[in-house]
Amino acid sequence: MAKVLILVDHASGKVAKTAGELATFAKRAGDCIGLILAPEGQSQALSEQLANTVIGQVIAVESNDFAKHGQACLLDAITQIVEKVKPDAILIPSTSAGKEIAGRLAIRLNSGVITDAIDFASDLSATQSVFGGSFTVASKVSAGIPVITIRPSAIEAEVGSSAPAFEKVDAVISEKAKRVTITDSKPAVKGGRPELTEAKVVISGGRGTNGDFKPVEALADLLGAAVGASRAATDAGWYPHTHQVGQTGKTVSPQLYLACGISGAIQHRAGMQTSKTIVAINKDPEAPIFDVADFGVVGDLFAVLPQVGQAISAKRA
Amino acid sequence: MVNGLLDRASVDAVLNDLDEYAIEEALRIVEPLNSAGATHSITLISMGPDRASEAIRKGLSMGADEAILISDPALSGSDALTTSKVLAKVISEGGFDLVFCGTESTDARMSVIPAMLAERLGWAQLTFAGSVKVDPSSSSVEIARMSESGVEVMSASLPCVVSVIEKINEPRYPSFKGIMAAKKKTIATKSLSDIGISPSEVGISGAWSAVLDAKARPPRDKGIKIEDSGEGGLKLAEFLQEKRLV
Ligand SMILES: Cc1cc2nc3c(=O)[nH]c(=O)nc-3n(C[C@H](O)[C@H](O)[C@H](O)COP(=O)(O)OP(=O)(O)OC[C@H]3O[C@@H](n4cnc5c(N)ncnc54)[C@H](O)[C@@H]3O)c2cc1C
Ligand SMILES: Nc1ncnc2c1ncn2[C@@H]1O[C@H](COP(=O)(O)O)[C@@H](O)[C@H]1O
Repeated sequence: MAKVLILVDHASGKVAKTAGELATFAKRAGDCIGLILAPEGQSQALSEQLANTVIGQVIAVESNDFAKHGQACLLDAITQIVEKVKPDAILIPSTSAGKEIAGRLAIRLNSGVITDAIDFASDLSATQSVFGGSFTVASKVSAGIPVITIRPSAIEAEVGSSAPAFEKVDAVISEKAKRVTITDSKPAVKGGRPELTEAKVVISGGRGTNGDFKPVEALADLLGAAVGASRAATDAGWYPHTHQVGQTGKTVSPQLYLACGISGAIQHRAGMQTSKTIVAINKDPEAPIFDVADFGVVGDLFAVLPQVGQAISAKRA
Repeated sequence: MVNGLLDRASVDAVLNDLDEYAIEEALRIVEPLNSAGATHSITLISMGPDRASEAIRKGLSMGADEAILISDPALSGSDALTTSKVLAKVISEGGFDLVFCGTESTDARMSVIPAMLAERLGWAQLTFAGSVKVDPSSSSVEIARMSESGVEVMSASLPCVVSVIEKINEPRYPSFKGIMAAKKKTIATKSLSDIGISPSEVGISGAWSAVLDAKARPPRDKGIKIEDSGEGGLKLAEFLQEKRLV
C-alpha cells in the first residue's frame, strides 16, 4: 500500500479546506498521512479539526521558528519527516508558499516536482491545466519521491468520520534555516466570505464598477460567493490586491464565475477560464470576455446585478 | 556588488514579461548608491536560446551593465529544476550578492525558480516582494512579501534572492542614450561546458518528470449572449437556476 504525505495548511489556528481535498487525492493511491507544522502548543487543536477528513494519521512538528523565520525552517522539518516516513508521494497545496516549498523540497530530495496539478491518480501521476487552460497535461515524476502541488478546489473533499491518530515528533531546525527574520505579519483580512480560491462561486468586478463594489458584494453574499477583482480594480485601490484574479493574481476554477464590468484581457482570462460556467455582464457587446462566457448579458451591471438578486430571492421565498 | 537576474527561461510566449520589474527595482536600488560614490554593477543572467538576446538588450538599454546568456542546444526542454541548476551555477561563480527575479504566477514553473535558486545557493529567500529596502551599511535587505496569505515584513543579510511582484514599480522605457549605450555592451554567451555542467544533467535527459499525455481542452461551447432590455437580470437568474448553480 502506498503512503502519501500531505502538508496540512493552516492560518490563524484554523486548518485550510485544502487539507480535506489533498487527503481525498492521497486516498486514491493509498494511506494518507497529514503533516502539521505549527507553533508550540497548537498542533493538537489543529489535528482535531481534521476529524471530518479522510486523513488516517497526523504527524506534527511544533516550533516557533516557523513563524519567526519562515519557509526554510518548514523545509528542515519536512525533510526530516520525509526521511522518517518514507512516503511514496508528497502533496502540497498550490499556494504561492506551497509551490516554493515544493520546489525547494524537490531539490533537497533530488526528486521531480509537478506544480498546480488539478488531478492526481493512483499511479501517482498528476494532471495540469496549462496555457491558460487550453491544454491538460498528465505527467509523472520519474526521479525520487514525487512532490506535487495541488490547486485548491480541484476536488470535492471526501468526508471522513473519525479523528486521525496524532503523533508529535521533534525536528531539528538548522541555524542556516534562520537566515530570514519575519518582523511583522498581517494575515489577509478574511471577511465573512469564502476564500477566493476555495469558493464554488466567484463574482468579480472590474473597471466597469467605477469603484462601487456594492452590487457585486450584495449578490456575492446572497449566493455565498467570494468576491474577485480585475487588476484595473485592484490598481485603482477599489479592492484589496489579495482579491485580484488573473496572471499576476489568483487562479480560480469555481463552478460559477461571474465577471462584471471586466473586459476580459488575456491576463485576466489566464486566472479564470477554467471555471466550469462563466457568466459575463458588460456594456460593450464586443468585450472579449464574451468569447469565453457561457452566458453573457450585454448591459449595465448596476441594473442587471440587483435584478438577478431580486429574482433569486423571490424564488427562494 | 548588487546584481540583477533576468530569467526569460520559462516565460509563456503569450503573456507579458515580468522581468522588467526586477531590472527596474535593481536599478532603483543601485543608482542612488552609485550617485553617492558606490560602484555597484548590475549583471543580467538568462538561460535561453540565442533569440533571448533581444530581451537582454532591452535590459541593458534600461541601464544594466553586463549580461550573461547561457545558451546550449542541450538545454532545450529544460524544466525548472534544470533551469535553477544552471542559473545557480553561474550566480555562485560570479561573486554576486543580490539576485532579483520577476515573479510569474500563471506559468506553473516560473514562480518556483526564485525559491529554487535560494535553495541551491543556500541564500536567504525574500520572495513576492511588493517593496524592497537595501541597507548598505548593515548589508541587509528588507521586503514586504505580498501573497494571498497577507503581508509579511521580512529581512535578511546578504546574499539574498529577491523576487518582485509586478506592483512594485513602473519599469522605465529605455532612453535614446540608454539604447545607444547598450549597443556597446557585450552579452557574454556561454555554453554548458563553459560553465562546467554536463549535458547529461540537463534538458530532457535530465528531466525529473515525463509527460504521459497532453490534450487540447475541448473548446467551450458557444455561449448564449443576450441584450439587456430591462429583463437581462431575470434571464440570467433563470439560466443560473436551470443550471442549478444557485
Ligand atoms: C504584466 C501584466 C499582468 C497583468 N495581470 C493581470 C491580472 O492578474 N488580472 C487582471 O485582471 N489583469 C491583469 N493585467 C491587466 C489587464 O491587461 C487589463 O488591463 C485588466 O484586466 C483590465 O481590467 P478591467 O477588465 O476591469 O478593465 P477594462 O479593460 O477597462 O474593462 C472594463 C469593462 O467594463 C465595461 N463596463 C464599463 N461600465 C460598465 C457598466 N456600468 N456595466 C457593465 N460593464 C461596464 C466596459 O465595457 C469594459 O469592457 C495585467 C497586465 C499586465 C501588463
Ligand atoms: N538553445 C538553448 N539554450 C539555452 N536554453 C534553452 C535553449 N533552448 C531552450 N532553452 C530553455 O529551456 C527551457 C525549455 O524550453 P523548451 O525547449 O522551449 O521547452 C526554457 O527555459 C528555454 O529558455
